[in-house]
Formats: sequence, C-alpha cells, structure tokens
Amino acid sequence: MKLSLPLAMLLAFSLAPAARAANEADYKAAYATAEAASKEAAGMRNQWTVTVSALAAARKAADGGDFDRAVAASKEAEALAKASIFQATSEKEAWKAMEIR
Amino acid sequence: MQARSALLLGSLSAALVAFALTSPRVVAADKVDPVADAKAFQNFFFQKFPDVKHEDFVNGPYSMNEDMKRQWQEKEEFPPYEFALDAGKEMFSTPFKNGKTYADCFPNGGIGIRQNYPYFDEKEGKVVTLELALNRCREANGEAPYSYVKDEMASLTAYMAFTSRGKPMDIRIPDDPRALAAFENGKRYFYTRRGQMNFSCAGCHVQSPGERIRAEILAPALGILNAMPIYRSEWSGMGTTSRRFVTCNSQTRAVPLEPQADEYRDVEYFLSYVANGLPISGPGARP
Repeated sequence: MKLSLPLAMLLAFSLAPAARAANEADYKAAYATAEAASKEAAGMRNQWTVTVSALAAARKAADGGDFDRAVAASKEAEALAKASIFQATSEKEAWKAMEIR
Repeated sequence: MQARSALLLGSLSAALVAFALTSPRVVAADKVDPVADAKAFQNFFFQKFPDVKHEDFVNGPYSMNEDMKRQWQEKEEFPPYEFALDAGKEMFSTPFKNGKTYADCFPNGGIGIRQNYPYFDEKEGKVVTLELALNRCREANGEAPYSYVKDEMASLTAYMAFTSRGKPMDIRIPDDPRALAAFENGKRYFYTRRGQMNFSCAGCHVQSPGERIRAEILAPALGILNAMPIYRSEWSGMGTTSRRFVTCNSQTRAVPLEPQADEYRDVEYFLSYVANGLPISGPGARP
C-alpha cells in the first residue's frame, strides 16, 4: 500500500490542529485580565494613556464582532498595564538616583 | 588562639569605625532637609549655566537661547497675555453676589502676595496653592468654582502674579512633619519617571534644559513656576500651573491626575520652595 504525496498531505493537514478564530468568551477572559492589571496600575497612580486606548480598542472591536482583534488589543493592554506596574514599583526607589544633592 | 582573637577584635573594631563613619551620612541622606535641597538645586543650575544671570532663570527657555530671548523681548511690548491680565483685574475687583470680593479672602487684599503661594496650611495639614485658594474663596462666597486649567482661573492668577512681579519667591516650610512630608512627596513626584515614554519632570527640566525636544527648547526647572500662568502659543491661550502639570503628564503618555491632586500640590510646593529668592515674572509667554 503506497500513499501518494497529495493524499499524505491532505491527511497531514486534516489532522493538524486548525488555528481557531477567537470567540466572545476568549475576548471576555482576555479583557478581564487586562482590566484587572489596568486597575492595579491606576491604583498605583500610574496609569498610562496607551493602556486606556488599547482597552477602548478592544471594546470597540468586540462590539463590532471582531474577536480576534479584540483579544489582541486586550493582550496589548495587559502588557502595557504590567509595564506601568513595573515602572511604578521600580521607581519607588529608583527616583533617588536622579535627585540633585 | 591569641592571633585569632586579635584578628576578630581587629575586624570588630574596623567594622565599628566604618559604621560610625558612615551612619551619620545615611541619616543625613534620609533626613528631609529643604534648605540643603534648595541650595543644591540652585547651585546645580548656576554651575551648569554660569553665563545666565540668576534672576534670568525665571524666563524659562529665553534664558537658554539668545535668539529666542530677543524675539520674546520684542513680543513683550504687546504681550499675548495682556487680554487675560485685563480680564483678571476686572474679575478680581468685581463683587460676588454677596457683595464681597476676592480681596476679602487674602492677606493684603490679594495684592502682591503671589510669591507666598503655595503655602502649607497647618490646620488642614496640606499644601494650599493660589488656584485652590481662589476657588475656595469663590465657594465660601456662594460662587461656583472655576476650571483649574484655563480661562478665568488663568486670568485671575495672571493679575495676581502681575501685582507681585519682581518680588522674590518666598515659600515657607513650617516646623511640622506634615509640611516636610509634603515637600518630600513633591520632590519624589518631580524625580519619578512615569508614562510610556518613561520620563520624569527632571528628565526634561534638569537633565536637558536648553536642549531641543522636537521644535521646543526646554526650560530649566529652576524658577519654572515663577512665570505662571503663561500664554502658550501651542495652546493658543492661557494656562495655569495645573494645566502645565496635566499637559506634561499627557506628553509622557501618563494619565494625568485630577487638577489640584495632592501630588500636584506637593510638587508645586517643592518647585516653588527651591526657587526661593528668584523673582516672580508671571504672567509669562511661551512658544
């Protein structure tokens, strides 16, 4: 029994995990994570404008039914929020290095 | 055995001496000392720009660039803040509905007092800025507060600054731990990096005064508030100290705090105190 190349490829593609489009549940989970990080940054009085914009972009994409884009924007917002938290934390001591003495 | 004891004793003695020598410095570095801070702050700028007259620092970018200075001096013959100044004078003397005026809320009738603001209110335990005092005056007399960032507030503070022109900044820090904490908090805010651009106030106005940031020449931090409020061509209008802080934060991509937040009040206290002795030059005009 000899498999032809086209048949082998067809089998391989059909068995490979397909890249699934994001759905509303994916968006809601990603957005909730990003929003929590954003709230933490705001609580530290160190919110970034770009985080707020990314969250707004995620909501807009979700409202339009584009959940792939909504998830991507949520993840971007989460990354930005985490960076702002890192900045606020490290600056608690790092500012002293800038001080004129 | 004796050698080991001697070594141990020697090490202990050395450690004690080292501790004794270094601990006072650690204490001094952690102690809030506004007088030393102000002296160091002013010396930094005086040494960095030895050709700039000390009283000239209050003119911001014009103290850093001769061409700009000449243009500004010509512009001062018909200054862009003149309308705000006239409006502020009229507003200041117009009675509230209850018949009282702003003069009733301030020492010396509000004339020639700009150099004493902000001050630390020991009853409240917080810094009180001129803008805050003006709105409190309005509210105490049954009037709605003004926006902290422009228009009427800028006009009123422009007039009050004008009546203090040339008077040296004279900010006091009472012997109160809360006042020292406010000063320290303002200092921390000034040096702390924020926003996606990772800039602090000092990043521009201490590290790079006189340098260009895009088309603008950065002003030195020393005396930067002495010229407030200002007419900014970029804004096409007047702006208050609050507006300046809010805009700076936005430019670094940080979400600004609410005008007159404790942090803004404290950083105004810090920046004004370290400019003690330099003349009030407000209202000012900037590109």
